[in-house]
Amino acid sequence: MAKFKTSKTKAEPAINTASLPDIIFILLFFFMVTTTMRENTLMVKIKLPEATQVQKLQKKSLVAYIYIGEPVNKTLGTKSRIQLNDSYATVNDIPEFVTKERQARNEAERNMMTFALKVDENTKMGIVTDVKQELRKANALKINYSTRKVLKR
Amino acid sequence: MAKRAAPEINAGSMADIAFLLLIFFLVTTTMDVDTGITRILPPPVKNKNENVDVKERNVLKVLINSHDLMLVNGKPANVSNLTTKVVEFMSLHPNDKSYPQVQEKFIPLLGKKVLMSKGIISLKNDRGTSYKMYISVQDAIAKAFNEMKDQQSLKYYGVKYDQLVDPNKIKVINKLVPIRVSEAEPENVGGQ
Repeated sequence: MAKFKTSKTKAEPAINTASLPDIIFILLFFFMVTTTMRENTLMVKIKLPEATQVQKLQKKSLVAYIYIGEPVNKTLGTKSRIQLNDSYATVNDIPEFVTKERQARNEAERNMMTFALKVDENTKMGIVTDVKQELRKANALKINYSTRKVLKR
Repeated sequence: MAKRAAPEINAGSMADIAFLLLIFFLVTTTMDVDTGITRILPPPVKNKNENVDVKERNVLKVLINSHDLMLVNGKPANVSNLTTKVVEFMSLHPNDKSYPQVQEKFIPLLGKKVLMSKGIISLKNDRGTSYKMYISVQDAIAKAFNEMKDQQSLKYYGVKYDQLVDPNKIKVINKLVPIRVSEAEPENVGGQ
């Protein structure tokens, strides 16, 4: 009679955790796909101004960033500086920057490039206007003023 | 005799490995969606002395000085009532001389002629204006144009502009409400 034990084990059956890695992997893949690593280390302080009527920037691969703000390094003073890629630049470097960014893109998409201006809210418009004039001269006409979205001011 | 089950590989630590990777990506992820106000700059001027003649009544002059104070057509104004001023200015008043002129324009996608205002918002800022002020003015003007787009969209399609799906309809509305903002060359009056 002992051959078929109606084994009624006393211990609670453990919860099956075999599918736990799968769940974690799904989460992992989600974050892997959505991750965008920061391309540039910021060398200027930037607190973006707020705006209500904002649009999302389409096609990140077609966006080039221009940063303007006070240098993080205090020894460089408090005058607003322009940062292109990973170094400080002057207004005169903008045309070269535009050509380089254009050349890095697909030929068919070059005309659709956007130049996003990430400018600190306390910057004076003088430097921003200079940058805009240079962009105009370089025929980079589509620009985007980066802002933080707020629902109401 | 029943087959003996092959010993299972212990997958208990699999979760830990996955967790480690997960935490790494969680930490490095920056989910900032880039948002902003998109504008098209005017193409570079070839002939500097060439001035486009625009009638006085067609222009709403918005001036911002180095102390972040605003003048709209010569009168002091602030950001909160700029939006209504712009909407009011761009509204159609064919017989009123104090509003901009109107012109008939044929919209191919709509298949008929519509009246459109010839008004232009001229935005002029000083070199000493703060970027924050400049953006809030741009924002107020953008809000005005978005309101007008909503109006047109409700009139023709019964839904608001951002609920339109058909790209042709969006094109029609963008044709009906062109963003007529001109940015003059800056002046250096107040100093930096």
